[in-house]
Amino acid sequence: MNSKHVTVRRTIYGCFSVLAFSLMACNSGDNSTPGQMAEKTGDANTLLGAGSTFVYPLFSKQFSEYNKETGLKINYQSIGSGGGILQLTNKTVDFGDSDAPLNEEQTQKMGVPVLHIPMCSGAVVLSYNLPEVKDTLKLTPQVLAGVFSGKIKTWNDPQIASLNSGVSLPATPIVVAHRSDGSGTTNIFTTYLSKVSPEWNTSPGKGSSINWPIGLGGKGNEGVAGLIKQTPGAIGYIELAYAVQNKMAFAKIQNKSGNFITPTVASTSAAGNIQLPADAKVSLTNTDAAEGYPISGFTWALIYQEQGYNSRSQDRATKLAKLLWWNIHEGQKFCEPLHYAPLSPAAVTVAENILKSATFNGKPILQ
Amino acid sequence: MKPIKGFSLKKVRAESAFKRTLVIMALVMIVIAAGIFLTLLVQSLPSIKALGGHYLSGKTWDPVSDIYGALPFLLGTLLTSFLALLISIPFSYAIAIYLGEYNPKGWLSGFLKNIVELVAAVPSVIYGFWALVVLVPMVRAIETKVGAAPYGVGILTASLVLAIMIIPYAASLGRELIRLVPSSLKEGAYSLGATRYEVLKNVTLPYTKSGLFAGLLLSLGRALGETMAVTMVIGNTNILPTSIFSPSNTMASVIANEFTEADRTVYLSALIELGLVLFLVTVVINLVGRMIIKRFTNE
Amino acid sequence: MMNPKLRYRLVKSKSVEWIIVLFAFLITVPLIAIIFFVLKTGISKISWHFFTNIPKPVGEAGGGIANALVGSLLIVLVAALIAVPIGILCGIYLSENKDSKLASYSRLAVDVLQGTPSIVTGIVIYFWLVKPLGTFSAVSGSVALAIMMLPIVIRSTEETLKLLPSSLKEAGLALGLPYHKVILRVVVPCGFSGILSGVMLSVARIAGETAPLLFTAFGNPYISTNVLKPMQSLPLLIFNYATSPYEEWHDLAWGASLILLIWVLLLNITTKLITRKWKVQL
Repeated sequence: MNSKHVTVRRTIYGCFSVLAFSLMACNSGDNSTPGQMAEKTGDANTLLGAGSTFVYPLFSKQFSEYNKETGLKINYQSIGSGGGILQLTNKTVDFGDSDAPLNEEQTQKMGVPVLHIPMCSGAVVLSYNLPEVKDTLKLTPQVLAGVFSGKIKTWNDPQIASLNSGVSLPATPIVVAHRSDGSGTTNIFTTYLSKVSPEWNTSPGKGSSINWPIGLGGKGNEGVAGLIKQTPGAIGYIELAYAVQNKMAFAKIQNKSGNFITPTVASTSAAGNIQLPADAKVSLTNTDAAEGYPISGFTWALIYQEQGYNSRSQDRATKLAKLLWWNIHEGQKFCEPLHYAPLSPAAVTVAENILKSATFNGKPILQ
Repeated sequence: MKPIKGFSLKKVRAESAFKRTLVIMALVMIVIAAGIFLTLLVQSLPSIKALGGHYLSGKTWDPVSDIYGALPFLLGTLLTSFLALLISIPFSYAIAIYLGEYNPKGWLSGFLKNIVELVAAVPSVIYGFWALVVLVPMVRAIETKVGAAPYGVGILTASLVLAIMIIPYAASLGRELIRLVPSSLKEGAYSLGATRYEVLKNVTLPYTKSGLFAGLLLSLGRALGETMAVTMVIGNTNILPTSIFSPSNTMASVIANEFTEADRTVYLSALIELGLVLFLVTVVINLVGRMIIKRFTNE
Repeated sequence: MMNPKLRYRLVKSKSVEWIIVLFAFLITVPLIAIIFFVLKTGISKISWHFFTNIPKPVGEAGGGIANALVGSLLIVLVAALIAVPIGILCGIYLSENKDSKLASYSRLAVDVLQGTPSIVTGIVIYFWLVKPLGTFSAVSGSVALAIMMLPIVIRSTEETLKLLPSSLKEAGLALGLPYHKVILRVVVPCGFSGILSGVMLSVARIAGETAPLLFTAFGNPYISTNVLKPMQSLPLLIFNYATSPYEEWHDLAWGASLILLIWVLLLNITTKLITRKWKVQL
C-alpha cells in the first residue's frame, strides 16, 4: 500500500509544518497581545464584525482597548455598511455595523428581528484638496448639490466665490470623490442632499450606493479620503475623524438656521440632541438646532435579537452583548478624542433597553 | 530500492488503487471547471430572468433604483484591455524577436529573459500601489497639459500598468514560436542575399503570424481578468467612458468593489452575471489561443 | 563602393535591429523603477518591531504586520498542501494516458482553469465554502488559491514526465516493480526538478494574489492560526492600506510590499537556480 503510505507521510509532514507555524505564531502573538492562553481555545475568543467604515477609527481604538481589558479579540473589517448588512444577513459575521438603518427590503431579507444599537454619532464633512487656499471654505446646501451633480465645474465658480469673499479661489477643475461601495456615509450625505435640494431628490436620489452623475469612486471612507488627499482640486464626503487624523481641510456648511457650522464634536452633539425613538432609528441630517452641524448621523451596531442561531454558544452571545454594553458605556470615553459625538445619557438609556431585549433561546442575555 | 517481491493480491490492489486515484484526480479537474461554470450560471439566473438582454446594453448601473446595465463596465473593460494590448505590442514583439531571432544565446539575452520573467512575477497589488503613487501623478500632469480633467486615475493609467503586466505573456510565447521557424527557410533567404530585416519581415514573421496572434490573445485574456492593479487606478466610476482619460470601471473591479455588500437578490446576481460574462470571454479567448498554438507547434 | 540600393537595405536592416533592441530592453525600465521604488520606500519601514507586532488602532503610529505575515504563510502553505498532491497526480494521469478521452476533457478543464480570472474563483469559493460554513475563513482562501495553482503544477508535471524516455518506465516494469512504484519511485524522482520548479512558480504566483482573498480570507487585525476563521494576508493588507489616507498605513503597506516582493522574487530566482543545477546533473 505504498501510494497510501506516501499520502499518509505527506499529510503527516503537512501537519507538522502547520504545527510548527502555529507555534511560531503563538509565540510572536504573546509579545503584543494579552489573553495569550486563550489562543489555544481558538476562535471561541474572537468575535467577527463587519460593516461601516464611518465608525472604523473609533471601533479600532475601542476594540483594541477592550482586548487589553478582557483578552477578547474583535475582528472588525471595515467593508462598508452595505457589506456589513449583507454579511449579517448571510450569518457570516457576529455583528454588523451600519450608518443607515435597515430598509424594508433588507429587513424582509433578514427574516428575523435585528436590533439597531446606536454606538455614537459622527459628522460627515466635505473635505477638499486645495493647497493654495488657506482659509476654511464656506458652502451652502445648494452649492453642494451643484458640485456633486456636476453643474458647478471649477473652484472659482461665482456660486462658490460669492460665499467666500476674500478667498482667492483657483480655476482648478473640481474633482468629485464619492464611494464606490455601499455606504452608510453615502446614505447620510445623500439623505441630506435630498432634504435640501428637490432636484437631487428626484435624481440621483438617496441611498447607500447611488448612481453618481460624476466623479471618482473610492472604497470605504479610507478610499475616498485617500483620493481627496492624492488629487488636487478634489472634494469628497468623509467622516470627521478621517479628515482630522489626516490633516485634511474641510468646509463649514450652512445649516437650516442659516449659520455656517464647522463640524466638531460639539456641533455634532448639538444635532444629535433629540429625543430618540425606542428603536433608535432616526436621521439627524438637516437639524433644526441653530448650532448643529447639518450632515451628521448615528451609526448602529446590528445584531440578531435572537442570538441562538446556527448552533452558536450562549457564551458567544454573552460575550457579544457584553462587548456592546461596554461600547455604550466605558467605550464612550474614546469618542471625543477621535472626534465622534458620544451618546447623550438619554440615548444611552435607549441603547441599553434595546440591548437588553436581545435573547438567547428566548431568555434575555443581559439582566 | 526494496527487493522485488513476488506476485501478490496486495500488490495488485495497490496498483489498481493508484490507477483509480489518478483517474479521480483527472475527474476532479473536470468537476472543478464545470462546477465554476455551473455555480456562476445558477447564481446569475435571477438576474438573467429579471433583466434579460437589457443587461448587456443598459447604460445605467443604479442599485438604488434596481437598474442594472453592464455596458459601462463592458466598455471600460474592453477599452482598458485593448489599449493595454496596443501599448504592449511593440515591446512584446521586440523582446520576442530579439530573444528568438537576433540574439537567442549569450548573457545579454539571458539577462533580458530573466527580466521578463521577473516582470511577470511581481504581484499585481504591488503594480497597483506603484501606479497609484508614481504613474497617477504622471498621468495627471499629462491631463493638465492636454486640458482633460486632471483625475490622474482612469482608463489610460489602468492601461499603462496593465500593458507592463501583460508584456511577458506575449513575449515569452513569441520567442518560443520564433525559434521554431525552420533554419532551412532562413538560411535559404540569407543565401539569396536577404538582409536580417528582410528575413524577419518575409520569412520569420509570416511564418509565425498565427502563433504571435495567439500570444496576443493570451495577453488579452490576462488583461481582461486582471483585478487588483486596475481597481486601484481605474477611478471606480459607473458612467460610460467618454475618452481614454475618463475614470471608469471594469467588470473585475466592479465585482471587487461591490460583491461583499450587494444586498438585493438581483443586485448580487447581476454582479455574478458579470463574473459569468468575464469567465466565458476569458475562457474562450484562452482556449482559442491555445488551439492556435497547438496547431502551430504540431505542424 | 557598395551600390546605393544594397547600402540602403543594410542601413534599414541595421536600424530596425537597433529599434528592436531598444524596445526590447525598455522593459527593464518599469521593473527597475518598481523594485527601486519599493526598496527605497520600504526598507526604512522594516524593523524587528515591524515583524513582531500587529497593526495599531487607526491613526496611531507604529505597529507591524505580524498578522499578515503569519496569515500569508499559512494560507499559501495550506493552498500548496491541497494543490501539489492533486496537481502532481493529475499531471501523472495526463502524461500516462495521453490519448484517452478522459485525458482530453481533463486537459480542456485545466485550460479553462488557467483562463479563469482570479476574481471569478473568489466568487465561486464564496458560494462553495464561505456561505455553507457560515464564516469567512483562511481555508476558503487557500482553496481559491489552490485552484489557481493547479493548472501550473499539472502542466509542469505533464510536460516534465513527457520528456522522460519511456525506457525508464519500461525498465522498471520489466524488473517486476508494480506500476505505482515505478511511477512514484522512478519516474517522478527523475522529473523532480521540473515538477519542483512548477510548484515553486505556482507558489510565487499565488503568494501575491489578492482578488480571490477579498471574499474568502477576509482579513483579521490579530494574529490567527485557526484556518477555519478569517485571516489577514500580505496582499490584502497592501490593498487596504495603500488606498487609505493614513501615512502610518502607507508605511506599513510599503514595508509589506517589500517583504512580498522579496518573497516572490526569491522564489522565482531559486526556482531558476534549482532547475539549472538539476539539468546539469541529468
